[in-house]
Amino acid sequence: MSQYKNFRPMKGKVSFLLDKKATIVLIVLIIIAGAIFVLSTGMGDMKLSPLAVLKVFFGGGTEMETLVVQSFRLPRIIVALIVGMALAVAGGILQGIIRNPLASPDVLGLTGGASVAVVSFLAFFSDQNNALTVSIKWMPLAAFAGATIIAMLVYFLAWKNGVSPIRIVLIGIGISALMQALTTLMMIMGPIYRASQANIWITGTVYGSSWGNVAILVPWTIIFIVIAFFMVKNINILELGDDIATGVGGHIQRHRFLLLLISTALVGGSVAFAGGIGFVGLMAPHMARRLVGSSFGALLPVSAFIGAILVMLADLIGRTMFSPLEIPAGVFTAGIGAPYFIYLLFKTRSA
Amino acid sequence: MLLKNNGQRLIGLFIAIFILLLLMCASIVYGYTDTTWRMVLDAFQNNNGSNEHIIIETVRLPRSLIAAAVGGSLAISGVLMQTLTKNPLASPGIFGVNAGAGFAVVLAVTLFSVGNLQAFTWISFLGATVAVIAVYTISSTGREGLTPMKLTLAGAAISAMFASFTQGFLVINEAAFEQVLFWLAGSVEGRKMEILTNVLPYLIIGWLGSLIISSKMNVFSMGEDVAKGLGLNTGFLKIMVAIIVVLLAGGSVAIAGPIGFIGIVIPHVTRSIVGIDHRWLIPFAGILGAILLLVADIMARYIIMPQEVPVGVMTAIIGTPFFIYIARKGFNAR
Repeated sequence: MSQYKNFRPMKGKVSFLLDKKATIVLIVLIIIAGAIFVLSTGMGDMKLSPLAVLKVFFGGGTEMETLVVQSFRLPRIIVALIVGMALAVAGGILQGIIRNPLASPDVLGLTGGASVAVVSFLAFFSDQNNALTVSIKWMPLAAFAGATIIAMLVYFLAWKNGVSPIRIVLIGIGISALMQALTTLMMIMGPIYRASQANIWITGTVYGSSWGNVAILVPWTIIFIVIAFFMVKNINILELGDDIATGVGGHIQRHRFLLLLISTALVGGSVAFAGGIGFVGLMAPHMARRLVGSSFGALLPVSAFIGAILVMLADLIGRTMFSPLEIPAGVFTAGIGAPYFIYLLFKTRSA
Repeated sequence: MLLKNNGQRLIGLFIAIFILLLLMCASIVYGYTDTTWRMVLDAFQNNNGSNEHIIIETVRLPRSLIAAAVGGSLAISGVLMQTLTKNPLASPGIFGVNAGAGFAVVLAVTLFSVGNLQAFTWISFLGATVAVIAVYTISSTGREGLTPMKLTLAGAAISAMFASFTQGFLVINEAAFEQVLFWLAGSVEGRKMEILTNVLPYLIIGWLGSLIISSKMNVFSMGEDVAKGLGLNTGFLKIMVAIIVVLLAGGSVAIAGPIGFIGIVIPHVTRSIVGIDHRWLIPFAGILGAILLLVADIMARYIIMPQEVPVGVMTAIIGTPFFIYIARKGFNAR
């Protein structure tokens, strides 16, 4: 009868509406993501059939297979999955609260801040022989710090009796241009070897992820995504514009701050471990919007899985197609994503 | 708005032009090789072939003219893009200009080992044109034709795609990376006069075109429906804007590589000075863009002498504090 089906469990104490079409889309996406996860685990120098991979997951398989899957492939694929989700959700939230289709983690200077931090890290902690003087393990911390500091700076500069979306985004653009400039400056002035190392990081890669990374990234991201899902109704309200949002009783400044905090946390975590993977934060929410419409209850989970699929697929292609060369995942996210997005633009003529 | 009526604006325009000319001269005089204002005069009146005179004629003069031309073109195309897409974040880059040009250059370097700036000019112009045509066709398919939203999204997607291919090539080929890194940062240094004279006709057509359509852009900025109701052929205007953006932004990227910041920032700055009337906005933006790029270029020579900072970097460093100040004060444009 209608697009929605309602649920009233616990004698109506809790009730919610479920969008039927969105649910189907979401289930399909979860299945695709699962399939890519298994397939990706099986691909590489040592090929495993999907069945063998599943066997390893459930404790079977030979010792060699278990080693390859568990210590080399799983961590990076999990990182790819989580990073994709985090970026897509953060992008979706930002587009909602800023009400601009071009909003993404990049325009707020988050990625830019992280890039500057990483490039300076590589530049300042190298000795004459281009060897790092401190452990590379500190790089994620540097990136995270860079992203957070810049987010705070943008928010602080945009504050003037509260922050308005347009001010945030314009100041964000200014700051991120400045960050880009500083990054380029550091890369040109530093040794070229460092520049190309930094370039790989800026492009974004999940190469060399370890279980240690997974142990930090997964809980961090999941917590903030869950909080984001609980704030969905507030994003929907904020998207109506400040006047209407105030009129229907939203605490716009508080919610805007909280939501910005959530997206900063999500982006900060993912740039720390995977660098500046672009495109996902910008385009995954748009793809989701074309598939399920713009109510954030459906939009956020769908874009999360689109993001996860994009990054996993990009990583899979990056490490298998040009083997033994390893192409950073960030190169292919747009390469795969853009054609699909253009197809969606064609297909849904009016939106 | 700083300048409230047409009289003030006219005076403002003259002052801006005067500053622009002053900066162009300053750009010729100041730099690594010590020259004086007198030497510059001599170089043009009776050139004696000394080192300084040669530098002034073949290095400094083209550089100053190029900075002014590129800065102005980028700012004007930024104004047009922001009005066309109705998005304050839009810049010529959204049309795919920079990404397309960057990809074309990297492709040429890696696959055909092209290495000189002269060749880069035409290759990047071509790349920019192809990207704009792709973005325009993709966003204008469908019943309702070209909408600002579709243009923005298609442009962002295509730019991202080209940029990702560029990154891919650079990651695989480190030698190429070294060669194009400086080009990708954007610079007006080391360009010969011929590069400018080759592209200048296109830029001039673009400048004139943008002035001709400026009054129509005022109507267009009221919204598509209103503009149609007032008898404006919006489809034709959009194509005109696309062509002008190709000429101006494509020409600029061909000369100087991708210089990003000016196209976004100068339109906002200009709007806070002269308001939203495109008949004033476009010429003012052109002059202010030229001024910013000239200042940035002069400063770029002094920061880490004798090396130079890419001017794209410098524009962002100078422009950002200014931009943030204006953003905080509030744009009274909308």
